[in-house]
Amino acid sequence: MEDYPIPNLFIRGTEVNYLFVCPTKLWFFTHGITMEQESEWVDLGRFLHEQRYANEEKEVLIGPIRIDFIRKGDVVEVHEVKMGKTIEKAHEMQALYYLYYLKKLGINAKAILHYPKLNEKKEITLEGGEKEVEDALLQVEVIKSSSRPPKPVKKSICNSCAYKELCWG
Amino acid sequence: MRKKPLTILSDGILLRRENTLYFENEKGRKPLAIEGIYDIYIYGHVTITSQALHYLAQKGIVVHFFNHYGFYDGSFYPRETLLSGDLIIKQAKHYLEGEKRMKLAKAFVWGGAKNMERNLRRWKVKANFSEELEELKSAEKITEIMNVEARIREKYYASWDETLPDGFKIVKRTRRPPRNEMNALISFLNSRLYAMIISEIYNTQLAPTISYLHEPYERRFSLALDISEIFKPVIVDRIANRLVKQRVMRKEHFREDMNGVLLTEDGMKRVIQEYNKELSSSVKHPKLKKNVTKQRLVRLECYKLIKHLVGLEEYKPLVAWF
Repeated sequence: MEDYPIPNLFIRGTEVNYLFVCPTKLWFFTHGITMEQESEWVDLGRFLHEQRYANEEKEVLIGPIRIDFIRKGDVVEVHEVKMGKTIEKAHEMQALYYLYYLKKLGINAKAILHYPKLNEKKEITLEGGEKEVEDALLQVEVIKSSSRPPKPVKKSICNSCAYKELCWG
Repeated sequence: MRKKPLTILSDGILLRRENTLYFENEKGRKPLAIEGIYDIYIYGHVTITSQALHYLAQKGIVVHFFNHYGFYDGSFYPRETLLSGDLIIKQAKHYLEGEKRMKLAKAFVWGGAKNMERNLRRWKVKANFSEELEELKSAEKITEIMNVEARIREKYYASWDETLPDGFKIVKRTRRPPRNEMNALISFLNSRLYAMIISEIYNTQLAPTISYLHEPYERRFSLALDISEIFKPVIVDRIANRLVKQRVMRKEHFREDMNGVLLTEDGMKRVIQEYNKELSSSVKHPKLKKNVTKQRLVRLECYKLIKHLVGLEEYKPLVAWF
């Protein structure tokens, strides 16, 4: 039998994103201690995504990844909708991971990050980013498999985080 | 929109038509905004349709039932949606490993005692539990902890009694049925608090039946009993104290029944009104640096417990700073 094309890739896009937002949040999230259900911010994001891109083919599931929407053409386009740019690095890494994953499946793609509230778009290609993705995946694995969460570090984004009361209360 | 608890005191039917929840009685049919409901407390004779229950389950709304006397009967506890296998295992581990269990059991008693001391200071009675708390430290069994707790409580009620008006003294704590007015008031509020804590636990990944001070086989949501040790003095006792001292609750708001004393319907209304006011009042949280409601403090206590269980930060019970 042929090997599964992507060994140990059961990591979700959100997990890669959270690695760059906050390792503590990543640990809680991956251990089922989720807070998103309490967050109006998350609701708002979902609403924006549903309303603004109503005609797109949405919530495309490929293995453990869930892409906001996809457009097929000469090159497959992976589209992600985000609210604001404060955690831009996390968005970029999430997109890079999707491209990496698709490449492993033999699909060449590019990603487009949408910031509808800022009326901005950003195009991302994998080119040269493989190593960075692999490093990130390794770190995700290390944090997930740790028996306890990493100590939270106070950042300005803590204030708008759904986990704020858990970490700091 | 902040979600609020809904209390139903009158008789009627709770039903669902399309995607709206209604409460219907002889006064008519009233729509209820489901997105604004946090949980439901039912005191009246209420019929609930299965369609309404399906809807409440889907929205994760817990419904608590109280009997004719205002005591807790049980809850409609919808399917759990917040699950963490890892946390449940850790919760059980902290019960099974003696040292770990003792630590948490003592924390609940310690926190409760500190909050009782805080109340006595507010009520200007000179008493503290330093002796008992010293003994608590060296306790080696749950039964010993329970004994210390019982003695603290006895001393607390005796000191509190010094400040209570005649006719509203506790004298001796009695339950099922409560033997006098103050006991009836405290029991009624305790039932309500217990149900509220169940709602808060439901909204976290904690398993409500794995507890530390109380035994998990008490056929109750015993973790709520543990947490209530911290909040009974802070919430229940303060409300009860205020209600009788400000003469909001008077003799006529109680009645004799079942060889004991119970609240009248008007009495219940007055208590619930004060209770709701108290729980939605907020205090400045020193660590979060924002205002949080008294009810939210219970949720924060659950979070602190989670942090303890996952090994992030040792649990320190809430001691009222307000």
